[in-house]
Amino acid sequence: MKASNPEFEAECIRRILAGEKQLFHELIRPCERAIYFLLFSLLKNETDAEDAAQETVIKVYLNLHLFRGDAQFRTWVLSIARNEGLGRLRKLATRREDSIEAESEEHAGDFTPAILTSWREIPSEALERQELGALLRKAIEGLPAIYRNVVLLRDIEEMDVRETAAALGITEGAVKVRLHRARALLQRELAPKLKPFAPRRNGWFGRGK
Amino acid sequence: MKIDCKHVWDHISAYIDGEVTVELRAEIDRHLETCEVCSAVLDSTRNLVVLVADGRVFELPAGFSERLHARLDNELELDQT
Repeated sequence: MKASNPEFEAECIRRILAGEKQLFHELIRPCERAIYFLLFSLLKNETDAEDAAQETVIKVYLNLHLFRGDAQFRTWVLSIARNEGLGRLRKLATRREDSIEAESEEHAGDFTPAILTSWREIPSEALERQELGALLRKAIEGLPAIYRNVVLLRDIEEMDVRETAAALGITEGAVKVRLHRARALLQRELAPKLKPFAPRRNGWFGRGK
Repeated sequence: MKIDCKHVWDHISAYIDGEVTVELRAEIDRHLETCEVCSAVLDSTRNLVVLVADGRVFELPAGFSERLHARLDNELELDQT
């Protein structure tokens, strides 16, 4: 993910508000992925996430004069995205059991890892096999919402703890606890399933017979 | 002080992110030298963190950006202020 550049952003915002509207495309571009994946983590559906992402970007544009520069621009944008997502979830709440606010840390569950005695490294090249990506996505999408959000922002969008906390409206401590639990849940779910993706001792992963 | 496996598991995520104190890191490293279970749990967790971060796992839907900027263009056109 691109690092944000406050000077570029401030200059862009000033010029957009002064009438160079087209510059907004460049201002928002570095935030697109994070907006989408935050909304995808809330809404769990590509079509809804994309629609909500478009609404978010338009709201950002219409409210740009309200950005005060005391937060990072992307953090501000993500808080707008989060409100958009939560608003949609509330509308759907009657037929969803996965309402984010209803979920508490209480029924936190068991975070004991999968017990292994050895692990053979699975290289990133193994992702050329579609099944591996599909397994990872399914496991992350299956996490409780409060953990899924944090994994998407911290481990997939590679945002830091502070920005993740600000975007989700939770404390930095909560980000760390949830990330730890999310990784433990993923390890327990995935470690036993991923062994076949490790490279064979002779030859390349899974390609040889 | 000697730490047990449960204690190591409780700190694995912070250990991976380099957020444990020097003292705790040393304790965990000492434990890992002799505990193959914790070593495998750490290695598998770290491996997963690297894999999920790969851009190929979660990709934007095809055409997402084009549709977003087209919609935005409509909006910019409407905005005459």
